[in-house]
Amino acid sequence: MRRVLPFPWVSAALLLLWLLLVGSMGPGALLLGAALALVGGWLLAVLDPPRTRLRRPLAALRLAWVVLVEVFRSNNAVARLILAPRTRGRSSGFVRIPLDMRSPAGLAALACILTATPGTVWAEYDSARGIMLLHVLDLIDEAEWVRIIKDRYEARLMEIFE
Amino acid sequence: MTHAESLPAWAAILVSLLLLLGAGLGLVGAIGLLRLRNFYERIHAPTLGTTLGIGSILLASMLFFTVLQSRPVLHEVLIAVFMVLTTPVTLMLLARAALYRDRREGSAEVPRSTTGEG
Amino acid sequence: MTAMILSWSVFLAQVMLALAMGCAVWRVAVGPRAQDRVLALDTFYVLAAMLLLVFGIRTGSVVYFEAALVIALLGFVATAALSKFLMRGEVIE
Repeated sequence: MRRVLPFPWVSAALLLLWLLLVGSMGPGALLLGAALALVGGWLLAVLDPPRTRLRRPLAALRLAWVVLVEVFRSNNAVARLILAPRTRGRSSGFVRIPLDMRSPAGLAALACILTATPGTVWAEYDSARGIMLLHVLDLIDEAEWVRIIKDRYEARLMEIFE
Repeated sequence: MTHAESLPAWAAILVSLLLLLGAGLGLVGAIGLLRLRNFYERIHAPTLGTTLGIGSILLASMLFFTVLQSRPVLHEVLIAVFMVLTTPVTLMLLARAALYRDRREGSAEVPRSTTGEG
Repeated sequence: MTAMILSWSVFLAQVMLALAMGCAVWRVAVGPRAQDRVLALDTFYVLAAMLLLVFGIRTGSVVYFEAALVIALLGFVATAALSKFLMRGEVIE
């Protein structure tokens, strides 16, 4: 089993993507998709990526929901900021945030979440000291941001990946 | 748009709202590209279009074709997945490139590197 | 009546996206720095993909979806390569 399907989830995702792209469930599409999924899994096995396991699928779903809500909220906030008249005092800036998480997959997920949410962009990570540099569009209180990142995302991601 | 005559009212209105929302967010993001003051502020602007903006337009397209052809048309999910995966990568690459360039020029606006490189 | 609403909002969405693309082109032209231009170009690609999807709804044809997919793909590759170029002065190290 391990030989044929080294990465079952990746292969399943590839098959699903192929079926969506072709837009049919016919035998031809299924056959080609299955071949693609198999070969894709083997190619990935050759690359030998570090294996990460999702420990808590439920926690991951909850995190996805939190991120979705946050995307809606910050879209609204950033749109207001952009359209607001310039007279309002607003400051953007960099914040350094110390992280306790060391798992590469968790850090990558955190980086993607923060960057995809309007209003925050992950700029840099110092792996020796575990400090991340974040650019925030509407920076009011640095300590507040450190708390938000740690409570809202880091705790959940550590639960999932570590 | 004669092909859309057969679309039921609820679907037409929902598709219209989603289209206007998506295009509006794209426009606001592009205005942000013009109005915000420096590069690091401007890098936040396109995320409006790449998250909810293209998301709601994809949803509108999915709804429109699903109702019109009376079968699930879901391939828009592919673009959504692709956008979710690629947007953070491009923005992070750009932010890092900009930081690197600013530091090399000794700009005072960006924090100094803690890793010693750049 | 409902078809009217839909065709008007499709038209409005197209106008808004065209204006947005205009803004992005302006930023590409003005700069001031190379990273601003690349960022604006990336935005332009995403807006173009959105505009193609709206075209798809307007014409009722699924072909535009594939064009949008290709544009999104090209946009990602182009921006990644350009950022790499800004960082090191060469694309492949």
